[in-house]
Amino acid sequence: MILTLRIWRQKHARDKGRFETYEMKGVSPDMSFLEMLDVLSDSLVDRGEDALTFDNDCREGICGMCSLTINGVPHGPDQGGTVCQLHMRRYKEGDTITIEPWRVSPFPVLKDLAVDRSAFDRIIQAGGYITTNAGSAVDANAILVPRADAETAMDAAACIGCGACAASCPNGSAMLFVAAKVSHLAHLPQGAPERAQRVLSMVSQMDQEGFGNCTNHSECEAVCPKEINVSHIAKINREFIRAAVKSIF
Amino acid sequence: MKQIAHWYLSSIGAKLVMAVTGVLLFGFVLGHMTGNLLMFAGPDAMNAYAHFLQEKGMLLLAVRAGLLAIFAVHIASAIRVHRQNRAARPEPYAVSSYLVTTYAARTIFVSGLIVLAFVIYHLLHYTLGVTNPEFLRMLDPQGRRDVYGMVITGFTNRAVALSYIVAMLLLSSHLSHGLTSLFQTLGLHGPKFKPLVNKVGPAVAIVIFIGFASIPLAVLSGRLN
Amino acid sequence: MKLDAKIPSGPMAGKWEKRKFEGKLVNPSNKRKYNIIVVGSGLAGGGAAASLGELGYNVDCFCFQDSSRRAHSIAAQGGINAAKNYQNDGDSVYRLFYDTVKGGDFRSREANVHRLAEVSAAIIDQCVAMGVPFAREYGGTLANRSFGGAQVSRTFYARGQTGQQLLLGVYSALSRQIGAGQVRMHPRTEMLDLVVVDGHAKGIVTRDLITGKIESWAADAVVLATGGYGPVFYLSTNAVGNNVTAAYRAHKKGALFANPCYTQIHPTCIPLSGDHQSKLTLMSESLRNDGRIWVPKKQGDTRTPGDIPDAERDYYLERMYPSFGNLAPRDISSRAAKRACDEGRGVGPGRLGVYLDFRDALSRLGDDTIRQRYDNLFDMYERITGENAYNMPMRIYPAIHYTMGGLWVDYDLMSNVPGLYVLGEANFSDHGANRLGASALMQGLADGCFVIPYTIAEYLAGTAPGEVGTDHDEFKKSQNEVSDRIRALLSVNGKRSATSFHRELGLLMWEKCGMARNEAGLKSALEMIPALREEFWENVKVTGSGNDLNSELERAGRVADFLEFGELLVTDAITREESCGGHFREEYQTEEGEAMRDDENFSFVGAWEYTGETPILHKENLEFEEVHLAVRSYK
Repeated sequence: MILTLRIWRQKHARDKGRFETYEMKGVSPDMSFLEMLDVLSDSLVDRGEDALTFDNDCREGICGMCSLTINGVPHGPDQGGTVCQLHMRRYKEGDTITIEPWRVSPFPVLKDLAVDRSAFDRIIQAGGYITTNAGSAVDANAILVPRADAETAMDAAACIGCGACAASCPNGSAMLFVAAKVSHLAHLPQGAPERAQRVLSMVSQMDQEGFGNCTNHSECEAVCPKEINVSHIAKINREFIRAAVKSIF
Repeated sequence: MKQIAHWYLSSIGAKLVMAVTGVLLFGFVLGHMTGNLLMFAGPDAMNAYAHFLQEKGMLLLAVRAGLLAIFAVHIASAIRVHRQNRAARPEPYAVSSYLVTTYAARTIFVSGLIVLAFVIYHLLHYTLGVTNPEFLRMLDPQGRRDVYGMVITGFTNRAVALSYIVAMLLLSSHLSHGLTSLFQTLGLHGPKFKPLVNKVGPAVAIVIFIGFASIPLAVLSGRLN
Repeated sequence: MKLDAKIPSGPMAGKWEKRKFEGKLVNPSNKRKYNIIVVGSGLAGGGAAASLGELGYNVDCFCFQDSSRRAHSIAAQGGINAAKNYQNDGDSVYRLFYDTVKGGDFRSREANVHRLAEVSAAIIDQCVAMGVPFAREYGGTLANRSFGGAQVSRTFYARGQTGQQLLLGVYSALSRQIGAGQVRMHPRTEMLDLVVVDGHAKGIVTRDLITGKIESWAADAVVLATGGYGPVFYLSTNAVGNNVTAAYRAHKKGALFANPCYTQIHPTCIPLSGDHQSKLTLMSESLRNDGRIWVPKKQGDTRTPGDIPDAERDYYLERMYPSFGNLAPRDISSRAAKRACDEGRGVGPGRLGVYLDFRDALSRLGDDTIRQRYDNLFDMYERITGENAYNMPMRIYPAIHYTMGGLWVDYDLMSNVPGLYVLGEANFSDHGANRLGASALMQGLADGCFVIPYTIAEYLAGTAPGEVGTDHDEFKKSQNEVSDRIRALLSVNGKRSATSFHRELGLLMWEKCGMARNEAGLKSALEMIPALREEFWENVKVTGSGNDLNSELERAGRVADFLEFGELLVTDAITREESCGGHFREEYQTEEGEAMRDDENFSFVGAWEYTGETPILHKENLEFEEVHLAVRSYK
């Protein structure tokens, strides 16, 4: 296949950045999208140009590191998958593909297509945990968790922290990410003692990081590689109301 | 108090305020529409209803002040949320392609602003009589204010009628997203609920549009005179 | 050098208790005076950083990824073993210990394995307390499944994402410590050297991957938890960023590297599709419960699988291992697949693949049942290959998956360099020559959360805190070496990308030192690797500069280390003249083609010392007091 790639190139965080167009020949339908970029990057190096920078690691859709917006859609056209799971047989001869980094203010571009997602780490540091020191736990079966709750918690816990939710949101909101963590822990009895404080702290940190507000577009759910449902956002809203009311009385 | 201000300023708090004030405003819209539909019951019913409201005096004033305050809070929150959202997402993608969001959702701020402009005009037009002072002097045979006649006269002007219909279209668009959205914001949402809730907004919006737009349409087509 | 494993005396079951009691302690109010460096943030590293932070130590934790939540522990699918005996099916600490020693083909250290089995129960308790959403029964108790041929159900799991859920549990514990200021996290920072002062590990030198800044970090102890070296084969199921650099730099600074030739090959991976390929994807082993593995009987049979009648198919695992059949252990089924392909009976592009056929299961159980059991795997397969496994058999081939070798450590998980601890896949201690399924997660958490917090105190108690600062000459020397090397990489300005060298090395390693090894092949590898390394330093092309985010430079540095480490791996493989676990020497097999161990001459840990020239082998003899040496048989 021959494809035309329009790729965002940006030397560093302060550089303005621009699109570069590359003609890509000999693309095999069996290549993954990132392997196609590997080949492009290698050919740039051969020509003495700067290699293409893009975050990636596990290449099997679980580490959450890859982060490309392809033709306006974070993680590209396949539902329920990351960019690294996307294969070139999805495209046809002569296609033009526009590749951009995540575009949301709290994720500044570092170089080319790589962004800084440490904002997500700080949100978790603000309360996305259960306080328990190693060695202090009771026997695992002493805590009974109804199967349905465990399953719902797992649905939310499947989040890989890639940031596609915020990147896809017309408002740049990180609500699905924060909601997934709050909902995961709120569905488990272990998470109960810190339930109220957790949601207040995490939402407060999310706001400080400069994410936008959720206005229920549901784009996040549509692009989420783990197909996390927006009903978890309803859950975090409930948790917030509950915590706010509780702290008054 | 400080804590409450803190919640209000948080992103979820701001949206809760939007949702609650939105529900109240929707209540007003619903009441207003029901009242308006008395037009179809004839001049007497309409004017009697208007008279009944105006007799309330202080109470009417208090309700109006309350509504105004709710409206102001709704708008102020909207502006703040909108500005934060623009700041979080200053740069659009070169290729824009949304998957599921609706036109109504993406334009809710703009539709809100236009509805606001319409409301101001609407108040100047019918309630305060600034644009048409003669409306306030119209009386019916019983000596009550002739609201019925005022509406007929107003909508006989095609431009006024058309702008009214357009405004109602935007209000419906605003409500179609807002009414669905508020369930989610208030946490009244879950997988089982979702298909139903997603239909509530658009369905109610259509009813509201028909309810309001039927009056100018009836006037224009000569069914009401 | 005499290798002292410092195994506590006394009966096996009491060794860990005894060690915990006899070990020195650091007074709670003194703990904050000690600085500890942890490199790596997976289950072992993240667990260690969090647990040491909880105890009150000052911790600096480093990872090369953009967040500590990305470590490759996250990719483990199947589950985590623990001797809880919740199923009342006869499991016990002793049985888990026994299975692990036997599964490791009698090349692991008994005392370490026993401790692993002992702490396994506490790991599950801790993970549940941290909010890991393990699978549950309707009554709310934890669910278990059996795994990797074990005869008891002792594997805890969270759908097919157990590694992810455990890592996120550790990540949340670590995040709490970072939030509390007890741990300082340094993401996108790569360790490029270990600093040793007067024989003791006293810090590291790192490169900030965003600014390129070379920095020194001093500490009272250094903990390495930097994972395995699978990507020395270029293609593996590992993340593409996984590398041996941190461990290898420590090796060059004196830490012994033990058993590098023990590499685990996983039988059910999606085969190679072309030269562009950057990684191999693992398909859960559970597929072998319902899929039948076969190749055509005829060589070079190019018919589509559906056109090959049963009489002309060779269901070779069922034929060779009638009792285990398609569920034969990883090493055995991997080698059988290789043999079939070597005979010219492989299938698919490149003829490097065998069929995993669900035809019979689909007709027996129906599409719906198979969909329920494996739908996500069938989806994943289709995403990658474009083929629908409901209509045609999957193609699978073995791939490098895990490395049992690693830096040598004693019972306390301290290397031969005092103050340097090595945890998880980066050390060598628990899996011997072969790792059992669902044991990697167990070891990572055991080392990080339940071993190092006790054993590190012994060393720290004998050390004055903050003795050495980054102003020490050794730090300056090390920093200069690191900077010089980066300049050297950037200044070669040759014609080939680092990746092309990596790919060539990987292919060489796979062919000469992969699933099956022989002396002639290994010897030729020992000639080819130095030649390739030489070419690398003359002809590599690294674009960009050293002062910013430069993935080419990062890659080149890692490939340069693989080019040295590969030679060590081959040297170890040539020295070990026996077949055991993941190390199969063709000269040492039974008439039926099974691995032949040589317990008399090779029942030792081979720990290599770096000299700059030929490495020196040190042997730690393995003694088996509890588990009796026996031949593994799966016939």
